[in-house]
Amino acid sequence: MTQREYSESTDRIVQTEPVVVKRYITFTRVNHWFTALCFIVLMLSGFALFHPALFGLTALFGGGQNARWLHPFVGVALSISFLGMFLQLAHLNILRREDLVWTRHITDVVSGNEERLPELGKYNFGQKLVFWGMFWLILVLLISGVAMWIQYFPELVSIETRRIAILVHSVSAVLIVLVFILHIFAAFWTQGTISAMTRGTVSGGWSWRHHRKWLRELARRQRTKPAE
Amino acid sequence: MTMAPDLDSPRTAVANPPVQPMESNLGQGDVVRSSAGGPVAESPRDLTDVAKLIDVSKCIGCKACQTACVEWNDTQPEIGVNVGVYENPHDLTPEMYTLMRFTEYDNPETGDFEWLIRKDGCMHCVDPGCLKACPAPGAIVQYSNGIVDFISENCIGCGYCISGCPFDIPRLSPTQHVVKKCTLCSDRVAVGQGPACAKACPTQAITFGSKEDMTALAAERIEDLKSRGYDNAGLYDPQGVGGTHVMYVLHHADKPSIYNGLPDDPKISDVVQGWKGPTKPAGIAAVGLAAVGAAAMALFTRSRVTPEDEAEAAELVQEEMRGSARPDDRGTA
Repeated sequence: MTQREYSESTDRIVQTEPVVVKRYITFTRVNHWFTALCFIVLMLSGFALFHPALFGLTALFGGGQNARWLHPFVGVALSISFLGMFLQLAHLNILRREDLVWTRHITDVVSGNEERLPELGKYNFGQKLVFWGMFWLILVLLISGVAMWIQYFPELVSIETRRIAILVHSVSAVLIVLVFILHIFAAFWTQGTISAMTRGTVSGGWSWRHHRKWLRELARRQRTKPAE
Repeated sequence: MTMAPDLDSPRTAVANPPVQPMESNLGQGDVVRSSAGGPVAESPRDLTDVAKLIDVSKCIGCKACQTACVEWNDTQPEIGVNVGVYENPHDLTPEMYTLMRFTEYDNPETGDFEWLIRKDGCMHCVDPGCLKACPAPGAIVQYSNGIVDFISENCIGCGYCISGCPFDIPRLSPTQHVVKKCTLCSDRVAVGQGPACAKACPTQAITFGSKEDMTALAAERIEDLKSRGYDNAGLYDPQGVGGTHVMYVLHHADKPSIYNGLPDDPKISDVVQGWKGPTKPAGIAAVGLAAVGAAAMALFTRSRVTPEDEAEAAELVQEEMRGSARPDDRGTA
């Protein structure tokens, strides 16, 4: 068995002609979609309280009072759910030298000249940006959110601190929605990506094109042992 | 000091109320500002500005105002505990909209000991921070006579008003999930009566009327106080919030904060202004542009996986699995 550097132990080539690669196990996918559901609920209820023009979104939750109490609980649920994602995905999202090269060649990424790009492991810099953006912003939103949760923590912080917490919460919320948009955009724009989170598999061509080092490592790991 | 029928607001709290039933004379038709773009009257009546004047120098700390407030608003404050101070309850609560705050002040100039007793409660700002912070349309309104009122049926209980208020007045009810504060007895004013606290005050330390009359009364009181050695006596009508419809006569108007933390120069916090000012439209614009831009790019371009890619993949996998692969061609770029 060759050592693993770019892949999870559960990643494997499940079929060779044509090549099909397992990218996410069921647990990770359920974890992902639960987080996504929480995110959407939070985004809609949060937007409703962010701008008066969007207050009508509270109707989705049965009124302003419901949106108000639901939002923080879902926030806690998302934080716990994301922690699950974090523990599974963090180590392959650590930035590497080739990410710098990839970032310098971002125009080649957009124009599809991927032969000019370095070979990559399981994640490229854009995916890592989404991962760490989500991580830090969720952390900030969680902390500032608890400071604002006066139903249960009325005495936790002073009014002056809570004002800052609310401002930080609003700005971070806008930023995380931008990260969310980038995430969805990238999933759709890069054809062949979405099946990774639906069926758990991606095609060999997709892996070869975008994550060749990952594919190469998986193939090596599954090298047939010479007959003895 | 009359209750003339054409009068839009009562001019005093001490006049006896009319005995015949009256229609409410204050409502949606008088709303000039409403939180989060809530409905305002199209052509509101230009009601006379009202004000409550609290003459701190006349207050004896009897708490009749608190009792009257509880009675009129039918609130149910908890039975308190004595921790050795006169404040009771110890802070404003969702069931106690007004509170006598007691300060023992050693006057360094005269060497005298002074009781500073201030009736705390909503100041009814001309520029209310609560209304600015509120995200629920129509939950906080301002009438053309200056009263700032919380409309509980529109309140969602988020408590943003608590952060918006420069005076630390609104209190969230943990059972009703709405925020409560002094209404300036808008429901009494609506039928030609002054606030319950002013009605009950035995020394007329609390008076109520038009803001003009109250300012004039305050001037008389200040002149009197100055003649008795209070050189710094003055009116507290802080301009940082555009003035208030609850004003104090203070014998030490140069140091409001000695009256149990009355803000020296209250104004809506810059943080709240930043949050409710540029952040809202900029945030919506950023999200909107990003969403439209991303949708357009995804619609017109696409990173595609070709059959050649699939063939390359199959070849790579086959070679690597067999172990016959050449050393990485560009593996460590």
